[in-house]
Parts: sequence; structure tokens; C-alpha cells
Amino acid sequence: MKQSAERNEVIARLRGEILSSGSTVYSSHSNEHPDLGPLNRAFPGDCFPFRGTHEFISHTSETAAATLGFMAGLLSRLMKGPEMAVWVGAHRTLFPPGLKAFCVVPDRIIFIDLVSEKELLWVVEECLKCNALAAVVGEVPDIHPIALRRLQLAIEKSGVPCLLHRHRPRSVENTVCTTRWMISPMASLMEDDLPGVGYPQWQVALLKVRNGKPGSWQITWDGQQFQHGYTEKTGEENVYIKAG
Amino acid sequence: MKRYMAVWFRHLAADRLALRFPGLRQQPFVLVAPERGRVIIRAVSREAGALGILPGTVLADARAVYPDLLFYDEDPSQDKLLESLAIWCYRFTPVAGVDGPDGLVLDISGCTHLWGGEEGYFENIVTRLQAGGYHVRAAIADTMAAAWAVARYGTTHPVIAPGGQAAAMRDLPPEALRLEPLVTERLRKLGFTQTGMFMDMPPAVLRRRFGQQVLERIGKVLGTLPELLVPVQPPEPYVERLPCLDPIRTAPGIELAIRRLLETICQRLQQEEKGLRKARLVCYRTDGGQQLVEIGTNSPVRNLEHLFRLFELKIDTIEPDLGIELFVLEAPVVEGLTTQQERLWDLDTCGKKDAVTKLLDRLESRIGAAAIHRYLPEEHHWPERSVRTASDIQEAAATPWPEHLVRPVSLLGAPVRIEVSAPIPDYPPMLFIHKGKIHKVVRADGPERIEREWWIEKGLQRDYYQVEDEEGGRYWLFRSGHYGEHKPEWFIHGYFA
Repeated sequence: MKQSAERNEVIARLRGEILSSGSTVYSSHSNEHPDLGPLNRAFPGDCFPFRGTHEFISHTSETAAATLGFMAGLLSRLMKGPEMAVWVGAHRTLFPPGLKAFCVVPDRIIFIDLVSEKELLWVVEECLKCNALAAVVGEVPDIHPIALRRLQLAIEKSGVPCLLHRHRPRSVENTVCTTRWMISPMASLMEDDLPGVGYPQWQVALLKVRNGKPGSWQITWDGQQFQHGYTEKTGEENVYIKAG
Repeated sequence: MKRYMAVWFRHLAADRLALRFPGLRQQPFVLVAPERGRVIIRAVSREAGALGILPGTVLADARAVYPDLLFYDEDPSQDKLLESLAIWCYRFTPVAGVDGPDGLVLDISGCTHLWGGEEGYFENIVTRLQAGGYHVRAAIADTMAAAWAVARYGTTHPVIAPGGQAAAMRDLPPEALRLEPLVTERLRKLGFTQTGMFMDMPPAVLRRRFGQQVLERIGKVLGTLPELLVPVQPPEPYVERLPCLDPIRTAPGIELAIRRLLETICQRLQQEEKGLRKARLVCYRTDGGQQLVEIGTNSPVRNLEHLFRLFELKIDTIEPDLGIELFVLEAPVVEGLTTQQERLWDLDTCGKKDAVTKLLDRLESRIGAAAIHRYLPEEHHWPERSVRTASDIQEAAATPWPEHLVRPVSLLGAPVRIEVSAPIPDYPPMLFIHKGKIHKVVRADGPERIEREWWIEKGLQRDYYQVEDEEGGRYWLFRSGHYGEHKPEWFIHGYFA
């Protein structure tokens, strides 16, 4: 028993060493540890491995909006420094003023709208090579594993995180992404049963994370950061109340 | 010192026709046009000219002597041809103009050494024009007027040595001065069959007898009076040229040429504290075709590597075909760029904006500027107009982003009609149907009334509600118009996170 405990300790130490050595990427980013609130525990070393590709999968317009909100919240964590971000997409529905609620200044994001999927991936890759960016967001429904591999290689050099929003993918195959998420909306959080729509709340499913613990959480965005959501159902006694 | 070359197309109209119909080559034929009820010969081919047929003769007279003379209608679009020939000449000189109905004039100052001196330059142009099927005569001299005269009337060597125009003109007929027909006629009547006979006369005598024009023309020939050359294409203020001895056909060759051109233009920009905003590379091919590549930058640049990388993305669009013989790099738009600013550009550690600008330049040259946007707040409440596109990367927002307004994270391109059941005025709907699905509204915020801006367009106002259905989906709905007055219509306009 004692031996196995010792061995576990050694393994934990070695794992820690591997993780710390693996994350030495040459980058001048100031946001060393993006804080994701309650989600931090799921990641190796309690620290979101932002230098990598992060896939967000959505199937309906509602989940797409929830995903955009969650990504915007994540982006605000990544954009703590003075860097700008690039948002590449084919059919952009994102409304820049809506980012304000997630602590993202819309004019610090450069939007690139392209129809051709090939060019879109080229742009994402080129942007990932530029280490002066805080993050690159790509809206691509489907991505070939080899293309993703290319993005990963670009990230390894520059250390720029890549968020991929995959709205209505044809298939979700096994790729080399660092994390994969699925965000769906939940009844909003309003303290003390006040009338009206409250803070956005989501069911956040972390489907895959390298060296971490996947899981599912109820997460809310309180206007500043990610928080634990309410678990009890409050919608039942919600009667129709005049708003405004 | 200025040097000019005049090119005279002796049978331009006929040559052009013979080029179009190769069967006419080596044939005597004429081009005619009706004039005052008679058909007049306007242009003759070389062979017809050799028969003694002159332009201006009545066609019937010519046919009386040569009954099987071919004749065709004159084509009025001749200027275009001369213009395109002048543009073709841009591979030899940066300034080329059309001179009269059948001539070109080139400013060749400082160009000839690339072809091994004026003789080689002259040979090159003339043989290539002749190979192209044109009968040309040309001359090089210090003044445009002297070159014009020697090209048309000269009998000696056509390259006139610097300062030799007076001697060269001496034996030419008075027509070589390009005077009015009445004046030349008077000169001939008085026995002046050679320019040299009267060129040195006292100016007052010449003016009294033959008018001011003679003096002006002599002055222009000798170079004492200035003559203006009107180029076909105005020369760009920032332009670099690179003629190639052998035609370039490979990508590495093109790359080398671009580097050489950029080096010189960057050096010049450096001296003048300017930076490049737009550059155009024109490749002149041996077959007469042109290939054009353009790049633009988001801020003034004179960094060779950066500019080269922008061009590098476009090299594969250049088709060298049989080979490119001349590269011309133009910078139509330049802006001030001090050395201090440039130093900022090179410091990558703190100049993150510059790194982003470089990236955008690269993207722009491949996907076009229309695909790249950055949004700034605009002082409009109407959602579709509340953002505007920033003009460049440096532009800061004039007004802050509105803090108090609730705006969805995702906005539909246009509002979509929905069916609702709403209780009473000013209340959000109880349920709505969107894409065949019934959404029961559980929570709602609103209304936020947004009036239409009457100074822009007329129409109904909107009452916006933020609603949440029982599945947690959050929507931005609005009712168009008031209750009572109109039949209210409901729309969905966006999704909240």
C-alpha cells in the first residue's frame, strides 16, 4: 500500500513536470492564467490550457447564442492585456454591441467575413501565427483533422489560443483539439425571484480535455466572471408578471 | 540634357489594315473617304506610294492610271492605335506621347544606356516596330522638333549628336519646320528650298516676311524655345523601372525583380521620409501584354521585407507567358513616415499594433479589404445602424459603447415574422411560434421602445422585449407599431446568450 502511494506521488510529480515543461511557449502574453471560476478544477494543474484549439459545438440557434456568450466570456479572460483578437466566420450573426455584456470591448476585435472554407482556414492559420493577437475565433462547422493539426502547429509556435465555433457540424469526429465544449442555455439566474430576465445561465459540458477531468456544470455569467449556477428549479412558480 | 526620339509611322492606316488582313501585305492599296462629293485617297500603302500615288488624290484619277488598284474605306479610330503604340513604348521610356496623326515622341533622356547607347536603343525600337508590321522612320535629337524633322525629311544618319540639330536641319526642305502650307509655299516661291538658306537671317526680317510662326518653329528646333510633351499616361511621381536583358519567365526571377525594385523605391522613400500605402507592379511582356499586381497597406510602410511578402502572395497570379521584359513599380499613394515611426515598426516587443497591421496587410492582399471589418459605435438607437465600420486599424471610437442598453449577442440579418399570442398592450407575448416551434415565454424584460429616425426614413417604431422560454432560450422580440392604430406585427430579431 505504502509503495503504491509513493508511486502515485512520483507519478503526480512527473505529471506536473511534464505539464509545466509542455506549456513553455514563447509568447509575450500577459494573461498567464485565465480564470474560469468554477471550471478551473477540471483542467490539468487547475489552470485552463488556453494555448490550444478549443472546439465549441452547437446544433440550434439557441445553443449557438449560448455558445457565443460563453465564448465571449472566455474571450474577455483572454483579452486582459492590450492585444486585439480576430473573429473569422462565414455567416457572422454576432452583434458587436452584444459583446459589451461579457466585458469584451467590441472595437478590439477584427472581424473577417469569408465564404470560402479554404480561405477561412488559411486566415485562421495566418492569424494564429501572429503572436500579437490575444485570441483567434473561427466559425467553421467542419474541420478536417489535418487542418486542425496545422492550426495546432501554428499555436505551438505563437501561443495564440484558438476558439473554434462549430455550429451544426456534419459529424463530430475525434480531433486533436485541447478541449471540446457543448454549451446549452438554461433558465436565467435571478436572485430573490425578481421579475424579468436575469444573468445568462448555461449547462456547460466539457466533453474532452487533455490531461483533465471532463464534466458538466451549471455556470452563470454575472456580468464580470463565471460563477456557479443555481441548481434548484425556480421556474415552476414563475407566474406571468408584467415587466419593465 | 534632354534627348528625344520621334517615330514616324509612314503608312500607319495601311499597315494596320495589312496587319488585320495579312493577304494585303506587299500589295498596293489605298484607303479612301468621301469628301465634297468625291472620293479622296486618305492613306496609301508602301507599295502604292512607290507607284507614285499620294494621299489627297481623287480615287478616280488614281484608278484611271492603275485600274486594278485596291481601295478600302478609312477607319476613323486611328488615334486609339497610336495611343496603344505609345503605351507599348512605355517599356523603353517613362514618358511617351502622341505627336500629330501619325507620329510618336518619346522622352529618352537617361534611358538609352540600358540598351547599349542611343544606337542600340534606336535599332531596338525600330526593328521591333518593323517586325510588328509597321513602316517606321525615326530620329533622335536634342529637341522634339528636330527629331520630328529628321525622322520625316532627313537623308543622313538619324541619330543627331547633341547640339548638332542646327547642322542637321540645314539641308532639309522648309516643310521640315512644320509650318503652315501657305508659309512654305511663299518660302519656296522666293527660292528657299533648304532651311539653311534662311535659318540664320535676322529675326526681324523673317518675322516681317513670313510671320512669327517661323521664328517660333526655328526656336523650337534649335532648343531656344521650350516645347511641351504631353504623355499618354501621366508619369507617377514614385516609379521605378527594371528592364531585363533576357525575358523573365520564372517565379524566382520575378521575385528578384520585385526585390530590386523595392530596394530602390524604399531607398528613395527613406530619403524623403515617406511611406507607401499602395503599390502597383506592371509587368510588360514580350508579346505586348501587361500583367498588373496591386497591393495596399493599412499604414505607411517602407519596410522592404514586409512589402515583399505582400507581393509574394500575388506572384502566382502573374502569367509571364513568353517572358517579361520590363518591370515597373509605381507607388500612387504615399504618406509621410518619419524615421522615428519606422523604428517603432521594427520593435516587435511593444509594437503589437504594427504586427497586427502587418498581418492585416497580408490578409488583405489575399482576401481583399472588403472582408475585413472593425466596428465602432455609432450614435443611433436603431440596432441595424448602431455600429459602423472603422476606416482603419488606428481609429478610436468617438463615443463610448452604450453601457445601459441590453443588446443580444447574436442578431439576425433581418427581423423574422413570428406568430404570437399577447395579452394586452405593453405586455410581452405569452407564447410565440418561430420556425414551427411553440415557445412559452417564462420571463421577460421590456419594453424598450426604439423610434425610427424620421430624418433618415419613415416607418413604425419598435417595442423590444427580451424574453426567455421554458427551455432557457433567450430571444429579442419586438412589436412593430402601436396597438389599436395598426394591426401589430411581431418579429424576432436576435438571440441572447
